[in-house]
Amino acid sequence: MAADVGERWQDALYDLLRRHNVTQFAYVPDAGHRILIDRSLADPGVHSVALTTEEEGVALLAGADLGGARGVLLMQSSGAGNCINMLSLVKGGRFPFLTLLSMRGDFGEGNPWQFPMGQAVEPVLEAMGIICLRVEAPQDVVPTVEAALTMAFQGGNGVAVLLTQKLLGAKAF
Amino acid sequence: MAMRYPQGVDVAAAMAAGFVLDRCEAVPALIGNPSDFLIVTGLAGTARDIAALTHDGAQIYTMAGAMGGAAMIGLGLALARPDKRVLVATGDGEILMNVGALATIAVLNPANLSILVVDNGHYGETGWQKSHTSLGVDLEKIAIGSGIQRTRTVAAESEIADGARLLREGNGAAFVVLRVAPAEPPAYKRNFDPASCRVRFRSALLGTP
Repeated sequence: MAADVGERWQDALYDLLRRHNVTQFAYVPDAGHRILIDRSLADPGVHSVALTTEEEGVALLAGADLGGARGVLLMQSSGAGNCINMLSLVKGGRFPFLTLLSMRGDFGEGNPWQFPMGQAVEPVLEAMGIICLRVEAPQDVVPTVEAALTMAFQGGNGVAVLLTQKLLGAKAF
Repeated sequence: MAMRYPQGVDVAAAMAAGFVLDRCEAVPALIGNPSDFLIVTGLAGTARDIAALTHDGAQIYTMAGAMGGAAMIGLGLALARPDKRVLVATGDGEILMNVGALATIAVLNPANLSILVVDNGHYGETGWQKSHTSLGVDLEKIAIGSGIQRTRTVAAESEIADGARLLREGNGAAFVVLRVAPAEPPAYKRNFDPASCRVRFRSALLGTP
């Protein structure tokens, strides 16, 4: 039953992004974003871009904006650290930027390697001018990402939506 | 005009290693009419090459930071605008910072994206230290190994026409290394404000900021 609820919000999230004309889905493979990634791969109307490192996605989405297209960067919390200098583009160039992060090193985490970056995500992204919105309950995902879409693509901001481990569940080891 | 060599650079060694072309002549010759492309540049040298060539035109987006991003900006732009030919013109140091982008680009293989690496074997902006390409690293081989199928190295005037053709043919991503002497790029002062350059680019291309 819990899995069904999870799939529903992820499908609703994908449909929301498509309704808002997001056509470039950039990602480093991640379990937390599996449904979004798979749906982008199956969707002939979008470009599904597998990255070797997350900072590539920041630059990709700036290029998309130069061409009049919208994209989203799907990454794990550890990827936030890989993006930092490239976010100079977003802040300095005032590019709209939307990223969805599946959090690790967060609520209920058991892997000690995940804590340093997981706990640093918000202060580090905020230091680069990115607005962070946390989501902890399934019913809040779509309204929060809808708000983020407006803040990014109408408001001209960089916005990160943090899909927390309270929402996703902690990975078992 | 004669090439201007920075102090302390071992020009003879660079020439012996095949870094001989004058970028101020070879870059314009390879690109031809720059209005045929939307152009994203790297930092410093290539930004000055392209700004000088286009008089800092609205179809170019030059960088002066966020090093390592040029090729991926080009990919995002090429995917967004399949009706336009996109050229990334960047340096050896800038592409070396994010060679994984070549793997990402090869997998997507957009027909309208070409990458020109102006390879002078040095980090010109930071004091002309040797880059890895002066020390045995071959960027064309990296591109081939990454899966990019259409690649060239242009190191002599006689090879420019072939390289120019590759940059313009629409049959999958192209990658051209232009090996040039470690000499100064054009002295051109461009707009350094990334936000106003974004608005300029979008206004010209899309009719809206």
